Amino acid sequence: MSFLSWGPVGVSPLAAPADDGPGNPWFSWQYVRDNAGALGDALEFHAGLTARAVLLALVVALPLAVLAYWIKPLTGPILALSGVLYTIPSLALLALLAPAVGTTTDTSVLIALVLYALLVLVRNALTGLTQVPDEVRDAATGMGYGRFGRLLRVELPLALPGIMTGLRLATVSTVALVTVGSLIGQGGLGDLILGGFRNNFYKAEIVTGSVLCLALALVLDLLLAGLGRLLTPWARRRSA
Amino acid sequence: MNYLSEAVVWLNDPLNWTNPGGLLDRLSEHLQISFWAVLLGCLIGWPVGIWLGHRGRGGSAVITLANLTLALPTLAMLTILPLTPLGFGKPPVVVALAVFAVPPLLSNAYTGLRSVDPEVKDAAKGMGLSGSQVLFRVELPLAVPYLAAGLRTAAVQVVATTTLATFVNGGGLGEIISAGFGLGISVGGNQIVAGGLFVVLLALVVEGLLALVQRLVTPRALRAAKRRRPTAAAPAG
Repeated sequence: MSFLSWGPVGVSPLAAPADDGPGNPWFSWQYVRDNAGALGDALEFHAGLTARAVLLALVVALPLAVLAYWIKPLTGPILALSGVLYTIPSLALLALLAPAVGTTTDTSVLIALVLYALLVLVRNALTGLTQVPDEVRDAATGMGYGRFGRLLRVELPLALPGIMTGLRLATVSTVALVTVGSLIGQGGLGDLILGGFRNNFYKAEIVTGSVLCLALALVLDLLLAGLGRLLTPWARRRSA
Repeated sequence: MNYLSEAVVWLNDPLNWTNPGGLLDRLSEHLQISFWAVLLGCLIGWPVGIWLGHRGRGGSAVITLANLTLALPTLAMLTILPLTPLGFGKPPVVVALAVFAVPPLLSNAYTGLRSVDPEVKDAAKGMGLSGSQVLFRVELPLAVPYLAAGLRTAAVQVVATTTLATFVNGGGLGEIISAGFGLGISVGGNQIVAGGLFVVLLALVVEGLLALVQRLVTPRALRAAKRRRPTAAAPAG
């Protein structure tokens, strides 16, 4: 954009983005190199928060799913509650949690993330458990397995594909959800995205944050897919 | 639960509802943005999903698209789109939200058309109906419950996600929450919680209303069939 094309002053709105010239490119290695430290920190925070949220959710979700599986009358209410909780907007949940928990730590974001991941995990684990064929269950009982032995040796391994699907879905959506935490400055890469927007629409910062976010989701998804293949060798043999 | 009662006090002040930028203003803004986003999503998602389902192709592409948008942060779409030729204001917000409305609409339309019994389609063809007649007289009426389920999922998700428009000053009810954070938690805490409660209520009301719509448009004979929703909504991220 040369100075000739500026035109009459006042035509462009005050909040216009910096122009598209070389000053504000969509992506810049220069930016990545200069801010490698900050990018690394944000990525580490993002990945750490995701990992903590998903692991916590998994620890809570598995017993809940088993409970819903064993006690049939609980299945309906648990699934209905998860459906209702799922419609709650993330920002609203954060708004309800943050004043109660405080915004100096990432605890409120963590709680919100755990709740959302929990719902995906419970649903998928329960689906996996209920898909165990009745004959298999009967055969296990006939072989002398008790309730817990059957669960650990037969039902949970057979439900693993369902659980892993839930884990992948939960991880990918948690990575995307962490960015909402930037409302209280605990958003990891979301802080970069929002920071770039507020910092006079610094496109390189926004795009770098978004790309890292997508890449993190993709890498974690692939890792979990690989883990799922390792854990269920029988499924691989069947498909081969 | 002191902070809840403070929120109720805030909600009880009529001025907080009628002031410019108060709850009523933001509510109508919120609903308008959501409406246009869902409409745009329907205009894109339904024709493509119906066409793919009718031809019986592209199933894996549909799944890939749904998974990709799951990984895409709403915040990224909301901040990147205003910097494109779309410009600032409502259009980029509507487009960003529509991007997340398309996958549930598309995949439910696809599933709905795919789940029509092939024998029914054969019978229709045997009666001499042409391809487009099969689509409009047989497949689409049978897929209506799925289309309604997709609409419900997408609309609830969009209404929930419109809250995030506040990050880019896009308006909507999220503004109430972020204005509260702007005041600081000690002063604006009641407003933050009140805004959060109001948004939660709105999402639940929309969910309930659309569940009712879904029930109304589902023919009685089909109601007893599995009432599962083929694709769940992603949380508003």
